Amino acid sequence: MSAIEILGLEKTYAVGFLRKQEKRALHPLHLAIGDGEIFGFLGPNGAGKTTTLKMLMGLVSPSAGSARILQMDFRNPAVKAQIGFLPEQPYFYDYLTARELLDYYGQLSGLGGKDRSLRIRELLGKVGLQQAGDVQLRKFSKGMLQRVGIAQAILHDPKVVFLDEPMSGLDPMGRREVRDLMEQLKQEGKTIFFSTHILLDAEALCDRVAILHQGELKGVGSIATLTAGIKGKVEVFWQGSNIPASMQSLGAECHVTGDTVRAIISEEFQDNAIDLLRRDKLRLISIVPLRKSLEDYFMQQVKPGATSGAGA
Amino acid sequence: MTSRIFYIARNTFREAVRDRVLYNLVAFALLMTGGAVLVGQVSIGIERLVVINLGLTAISLFGIVIAIFIGIGLVSKEIEKRTLYTILSRPVRRWEFVTGKFFGLSGTLVVNTFFMGLGIFAALLYVAHHFEKSDAWVLVAIYLIVLQFIIVTALTLFFSSFSSPLLSAVFAFSLFVIGTFSEDLRGFASVAHGLTGWLATGASYIVPNIAALNVISSVAHSQPIAGALVLYNTGYALLYSAMAVCGATLVFERRNLK
Repeated sequence: MSAIEILGLEKTYAVGFLRKQEKRALHPLHLAIGDGEIFGFLGPNGAGKTTTLKMLMGLVSPSAGSARILQMDFRNPAVKAQIGFLPEQPYFYDYLTARELLDYYGQLSGLGGKDRSLRIRELLGKVGLQQAGDVQLRKFSKGMLQRVGIAQAILHDPKVVFLDEPMSGLDPMGRREVRDLMEQLKQEGKTIFFSTHILLDAEALCDRVAILHQGELKGVGSIATLTAGIKGKVEVFWQGSNIPASMQSLGAECHVTGDTVRAIISEEFQDNAIDLLRRDKLRLISIVPLRKSLEDYFMQQVKPGATSGAGA
Repeated sequence: MTSRIFYIARNTFREAVRDRVLYNLVAFALLMTGGAVLVGQVSIGIERLVVINLGLTAISLFGIVIAIFIGIGLVSKEIEKRTLYTILSRPVRRWEFVTGKFFGLSGTLVVNTFFMGLGIFAALLYVAHHFEKSDAWVLVAIYLIVLQFIIVTALTLFFSSFSSPLLSAVFAFSLFVIGTFSEDLRGFASVAHGLTGWLATGASYIVPNIAALNVISSVAHSQPIAGALVLYNTGYALLYSAMAVCGATLVFERRNLK
C-alpha cells in the first residue's frame, strides 16, 4: 500500500517584470512511496526537491496535479496530524528552550498535557538532548538544532515523516546519529521521505530513491535496480611501470605507483586488457570488479544530454 | 481551533517579552518621573493637565512604535526563519496563525499599556498628592488609545502579509498619521466637488479614524467622555481591525511560502 502518491504535481512560477514569462520548477511528477519505506529524493541543488516537499506540506500551491498521503488528499487538514516535517536548515525560536519549543509544537499538534510532557522527555533522550532541554535554542550548535528539528517532526508520533536535507551541514558524527535515528523510525514502522544530495547517505539508508534534475524525474527504483544498468568497471593491477600503448585505446585510466600500475577500464574490455598484458609479457597481479555505485548512476543521469532512466 | 489561536498568541506574547519589548517601560518610567518632578517645580495649578497630556501622549507614541515595529515582523520573520513551515505542517490553518499573531501582539500592547497607565496615576499622585473624580476619565482615554493600537496592529499585519517589512512600516505609519487628521479629511471631502470629492470621500472611509479615538485633550481638561462615543468607537475599532485581519488572512491564504 502506498503511503504517499504524487499524482502529476507540477510547479511553474511567473517571472520577469511583467510576470509574463514562466519558469518551470517542477515538471509533472508521478511517484508512489510504499508504507514503511525509507525513500530518498535525490538531486543537485535547484533540482526541485524542496519545492516538491513544500507543495506536499501545503506551503506552496501546485500549478497542477495532486497528491495523496495516507489515502487522503494532501490538502485535507486531517493529513497534518499524521505527518511530520523537518525543513532544510531549520532555525527555531531563539528565545525558547528545547523543552518549551517542543511543548509549543505539541500543543499545536493537539497533544494533551500529561502525554506531551512524557513524550517530550522521551524524545529529548532519543535525540540526545536530555541535558540541554532547558537551554535556550540560541545557544545550540547546528547539529543540536537539527536534532531538535527531528524531535519536533516526530513529536506527535506521525505515520509519515518528511525530512528536507536532514544531514546537511552536519559533521560525520552528527550524520551518523541522524542516520541511526532514521533507521530507528523505520523499525517503528514509519514511512520516511527525505531529500538529500549526499549520495552516501541515500545508499546507506534508502529502500528506494528517485533522482530529480532540473525539475524532471530522471529515475526511480531501488539502488540495485538503478545501478544494474550501469556498465561495470574493473581495476587491473600489474607489475612494472610499463603501460602498453594500446591500453589507452581501451579507455583505461592508468596510474603508476612504484613498480605497480593500476588501471581502471570498462568491464567489457577486461579480456582485451589481459591479452595486451600477456603480449607485452607483463605480470598481472589482480583484476577486481568495482562496485557500481549510486554516484555512477546519478552522474550518468544529471550529465548534460542524459535521458531518463529506468523506473521501478 | 481557539486553543491553537491561544497557543500562537501566547507564544507571540512570550517572544515579545523575552525580546525585551517591555524594556520600553523603563524609558516610560524615566519620562514620567522626570516629567512629574519638573512639572511639580515649574507649573502652578496645571500639574494635572501637563502630567495627563504628557503621559497619554507617551503611551500613544510608545505603543504605536511597538505595534508597527513588532507587527511588521510577525509574519515575515517566521517565513524568513522558516519557523512557519514547522507550524503550517501541523494541523494549524493559516487564518489561525494570523489571528493568533494579532491577538499575541495586541495582548502585549495591553499589558504594556496597563503598566504605563499605572505610571501615569503614580505621577498624578506625586504632583497632586490626591486623586480627583475626573481622573477616572484617564482610564477611558487609555482604553481608546488601546483601540488605536489594535487598529494599527491589524493594519501592520495586513501590510506585512504581502509587502516587505520596511514598506509595511511605511504604509502602516502613514495611515496612522493620516488617520489622526481624518476629521480634516472628512471636512475636505464635504466641500470638494467632482473626482476630488469622490476620492477624498473614499479615502476618508478607508483611512482609520484615529482622531475619533483621541480624547487626550478633553481628559486633560477634566471634560467627561460620552458613553455613546466610547461604545461607537469600540464597535468601529473592532470592526475595522477585524476587516484588516480578514484582509491579511485572505492574502496570506494565497501566498506561496518560497
